[in-house]
Amino acid sequence: MKGMTVIVKTVTRWVKVFIFLFGAYIVITGHLGPGGGFAGGVIIACSYILLTLAFGKEFALQRLKVGAAHGLDSAGGLIFLLIALFGLGFGGTFFANFLQSRYPGLEFHLLSSGTIPLSNIAVGLKVASSLFLVFIIFSVLRIVVARDGSRSMVQEEEEE
Amino acid sequence: MVVEIYLLILLVFMIAGALIAVETKNLLSSVISLGAIGFGMSIAFLFLRAPDLAIVQIAVEVVLLVFLIRATIGRDVIPAHGHINWAGLAVVLVLMAGLVFFGVRAFGSLGVFGEPVIASIAEAPSNAYLAGGLEQTGSANIVTSVLLDYRAYDTLGEATVLFASILGALAVLRGRSWAKKRGKEQ
Amino acid sequence: MVYALCFVLFVVGLYCALTKKNVVKIVIGLVIMEYGVNLFLVLLGYRREGIAPILDEKIGPLEFLARAVDPLPQALVVTSIVIGLGVTTLAIALCIRLYEKYGTFDITEIRRLKG
Repeated sequence: MKGMTVIVKTVTRWVKVFIFLFGAYIVITGHLGPGGGFAGGVIIACSYILLTLAFGKEFALQRLKVGAAHGLDSAGGLIFLLIALFGLGFGGTFFANFLQSRYPGLEFHLLSSGTIPLSNIAVGLKVASSLFLVFIIFSVLRIVVARDGSRSMVQEEEEE
Repeated sequence: MVVEIYLLILLVFMIAGALIAVETKNLLSSVISLGAIGFGMSIAFLFLRAPDLAIVQIAVEVVLLVFLIRATIGRDVIPAHGHINWAGLAVVLVLMAGLVFFGVRAFGSLGVFGEPVIASIAEAPSNAYLAGGLEQTGSANIVTSVLLDYRAYDTLGEATVLFASILGALAVLRGRSWAKKRGKEQ
Repeated sequence: MVYALCFVLFVVGLYCALTKKNVVKIVIGLVIMEYGVNLFLVLLGYRREGIAPILDEKIGPLEFLARAVDPLPQALVVTSIVIGLGVTTLAIALCIRLYEKYGTFDITEIRRLKG
């Protein structure tokens, strides 16, 4: 999948870092203001989709390989489950907020509310890598119009 | 109430957009009308004092638009023979008129817009979440504390559903490349 | 009145999902139905002259309890929006695969060409 024109590439080169930073900010400060893991994860995925659309699929796959994205996805899910099991072990019930009862931080500050920021980060990681994988898979097939006007779908050459 | 008037205007706009999305023949136009409905929803969430939801709705709707346009671009619809099944359409319309009539009558028992359940019943769980949220969980955003502390099991279920559906989408679209690679080697 | 209009949005989506022949239009109908349901759930929790359920250093706890809107439907609707994204992604993947196998989006054609 080819990229776009020079103007789009130049603007993307500057803007994608800010979109990623904004998404990470929304994930991390989910317990202080509106936001949380889901909104931030989708915004981080949007920055990678912008990269794929502007520069082409090969460039984006150099930055984040398919195997690495699968690994991040599973890691996010496993971290979320581990937090739940630690709550069972240390707090007594499944998903207990065990860090809040032992080390309560200052309210309205970044280091507070126990396991909630960690869960936000795990969920954000999971959502972002899943949506990136789905977009890469969608861009593998493309439409080719033959000479007689009939259309067919052609598999692009995938380099593994 | 001023918010109700704003919501009525937004809902009329959204219904008009929905009718356009349903009836137009060009697929790209109906996908773009879907985007307009999503934007209207995000503004409605802001009027209803739900900033968390507005962020999620806007981001999800932009990603959905990108996926839908990716799926429909270049794949035109050649409208088929054009015979409309009049009997089936009549049955559907009659059933839906009945549904609308009984539904609108059922909404009379819902209560006035603007007076939620937590205002009248003091033992509702939301009152406990609002009152004890800050000391028990330490988070200032009560919606996040409900999602990740009080009802974290539902969030685990949601992560599972998202994982399964994304795996399903990958599995449906991956089969082609394996078959083609095997076909090339033979 | 607001509830009735929200229900009309849901019924428009239901009509689209029931009577259209193009499979992408059916997916669009499902998405409109899901928008209607989410809006209805959030409408149930609104309090007149309410404030968002996010605490600040300036708001006292008693006033917050008396004026905040209901946080429980908002949490449920966040879950619902993200699940709707996942399910719609799967439906679009199925549509793309259908087009690749049968060459058309029309469900009456696909029923004819089965196999």
